[in-house]
Amino acid sequence: MKGTESILNALIANKTKHMFGFPGGTVIPIFDELLNYEKNLRHILVRHEQCAAHAADGYARASGGAGVCLATSGPGATNLVTGIMTAYMDSSPLIALAGNVPTTLLGNDAFQETDMIGVTLPITKHNFQIRSANNITSTINNAFTIALNGRPGPVFIDIPKDVQMNQVTNEKPTQKLGGFAPVRKGHPEQIKRAAKMILDAERPVIIAGGGIIISNANHELLRIVEGFNIPITSTFMGKSCIEETHPLYLGVVGMHGRKTANYAVGNADIIVAIGCRFSDRITGDVKTFAPEAKIIHIDIDSAEIEKNVRADLPIVGDAKQILTELLDALKAHAKKGKSEWSKKMEKFIKECDCGFDISNNPIDPRKIIHELNKVLAPHDIVTAGTGQHQMFAAHFLKRSLPRTFISSGGAGTMGFGFPAAIGAKVAKPNSEVFDVDGDGSFAMVMQELATCKEEHIKTIPIIFNNSYLGMVRQWQELFHNKRYSGVRLNRTPNFARVADAYGLKGLTVDRESEINKSLKEAIKHDEAVLLDILVREESNILPMFASGTTHTDMFGGCIDAKGKLI
Amino acid sequence: MGNGNGNGNGNGSGEMKKHIIGLLVEDHPGVLGRLTGLFLRRGFNIDTIIVGSTAKPGVSHIVISLRGDDKTLEQLEKQVYKIIEVLKVIELSSGSVIREHCLVKVNSTPQTRQDILTFAQLNKGNVLEANANSILIEIAADPAKIDDLVEALKPFGIKELSRTGINAMLRK
Repeated sequence: MKGTESILNALIANKTKHMFGFPGGTVIPIFDELLNYEKNLRHILVRHEQCAAHAADGYARASGGAGVCLATSGPGATNLVTGIMTAYMDSSPLIALAGNVPTTLLGNDAFQETDMIGVTLPITKHNFQIRSANNITSTINNAFTIALNGRPGPVFIDIPKDVQMNQVTNEKPTQKLGGFAPVRKGHPEQIKRAAKMILDAERPVIIAGGGIIISNANHELLRIVEGFNIPITSTFMGKSCIEETHPLYLGVVGMHGRKTANYAVGNADIIVAIGCRFSDRITGDVKTFAPEAKIIHIDIDSAEIEKNVRADLPIVGDAKQILTELLDALKAHAKKGKSEWSKKMEKFIKECDCGFDISNNPIDPRKIIHELNKVLAPHDIVTAGTGQHQMFAAHFLKRSLPRTFISSGGAGTMGFGFPAAIGAKVAKPNSEVFDVDGDGSFAMVMQELATCKEEHIKTIPIIFNNSYLGMVRQWQELFHNKRYSGVRLNRTPNFARVADAYGLKGLTVDRESEINKSLKEAIKHDEAVLLDILVREESNILPMFASGTTHTDMFGGCIDAKGKLI
Repeated sequence: MGNGNGNGNGNGSGEMKKHIIGLLVEDHPGVLGRLTGLFLRRGFNIDTIIVGSTAKPGVSHIVISLRGDDKTLEQLEKQVYKIIEVLKVIELSSGSVIREHCLVKVNSTPQTRQDILTFAQLNKGNVLEANANSILIEIAADPAKIDDLVEALKPFGIKELSRTGINAMLRK
């Protein structure tokens, strides 16, 4: 058996059905072998390696399994870097494969050689260089084990070209990884203590992070929320972990979070944080974060406990397992009826509903989300780029099922949304996949329209075209005396004509009455359709609190159902 | 998105104490790189680091000494443990034997030679080489003891000094 067969067999044995890649000199043997595996493993040719990584990441997030991408050595591999880093920040199980120069040339600065082990060291959960064809199977098996278990994360595998072409002569068996033993089960006494703290609390709040979605703990979470009437907020990564129209869901918390959520966190006496890492975008100034609250911190990564904020009661383990046990511990006590606190929060949530219909000319960006909410089926998936459009989605988009909102949270990677949508569509071909994107973000990756066209992957990119790099412009407006620098995009290019150049339908929308119609038209169409929606140039995403301040320092307010500022 | 304030690690406000941690790691290429890379990224300063073999084939032993407050150290231990090849993290700051090895080459003249040899002897140093102009002494001892010898030899003029860094092992 050749090394290349060993590679593809190992990928398939680890449930890989699709991979996203781009060829080059040092991976030609793998691409050659792919022709023999077409039935079992579909390779999707992207137009830039960064998008191979993002697409594989989107595939992983939508499916709950691993996503696989492949690039050549040197520039091909370094182009993966942004995608690997994005997956790392959001704990996404990405398997990134790259070729390298033959082992005999390693370290000689041969053509297209890069030390990718060094480059990816700080942005992977682990990385490997395979130096013998005999080690291919065991290395790939271990890579999947590492990527998918415990706190998931990307694993990079470097495969020199001669290793791909050599014969497997004496295959090394896959051994258990000595230093990798993620804790799954939470400490039973700590769980009992947590149950007591929650029941004794007057003003409890749950902060649900991306860990809930990763560990598929949404059902357990919902039972706790409803059984004990605990108001719940989520981090940006936790969005979609609970039905967002739920009367106890406060919305997303943090710098660009909802006022309801930030108010609740700022006034809580117990915070139950699950699968979240308390990033600075969530906490603001850690010294003044949730001043009255005792914090129960549940996370599978012990290094997250007390990294950023204090933990009065830490529980290390898998969210689903711990919540199951926590629910049992809570059930030992009577169900808790509605407290003054939960009633107050429910009322606040209702007032700050944000399900309003804003009518404006030029189009208000919130109007697009409003219309999108109307046409979305529960299983449809929405991805987002990074910037204002992403935060508008965070605020106003209503999702009800986990893994139906996919965006780059920790990394804030512009250009993530569109390739992630491609990956999500490949993973979930029966769902419509919308990419809520910005004119800045989308332009970074728009060459992937070719991938949609040629690989028959139907996505619907919706560009919130405000002709600015809107989020930076907003910061310049608010914190730099409106000195706009390096942010003017001036409606270049004409995105609908770009779509046309790729043989796809592109629609420019400049009247709000056309939004709904164009969305429906895009859904009906059987190829990708690009919607370029021209929105008001200088709209801001508010409320927010400034960097280094705290939840009670929010400005900008929320708007009630009648459009009144509250 | 290039906005926001950094808030690095390793800057806890607690008391700065000297800590020693021992690691058992798989003997793979690049383990040391992963470890030092982590220290660099998280802003921890290493005072000394040594690497060597253990009784078990394929497992290496690393001893690191550093200064930091307890919170910083706890965070560091947890981060280190996340490296796949790290099998075990052992706190060696207390209850352990602490030793360091040092080679020192001192200028010598016929007038100073005897004094140097006396200092070496009194401080449990061994003379390894001696010639007309210099004497090479080795010492394996508690780091403070090595400091004493080095101080004693300074007036004669130290030509070269090489310390291994701290090695440590739990007494029980």
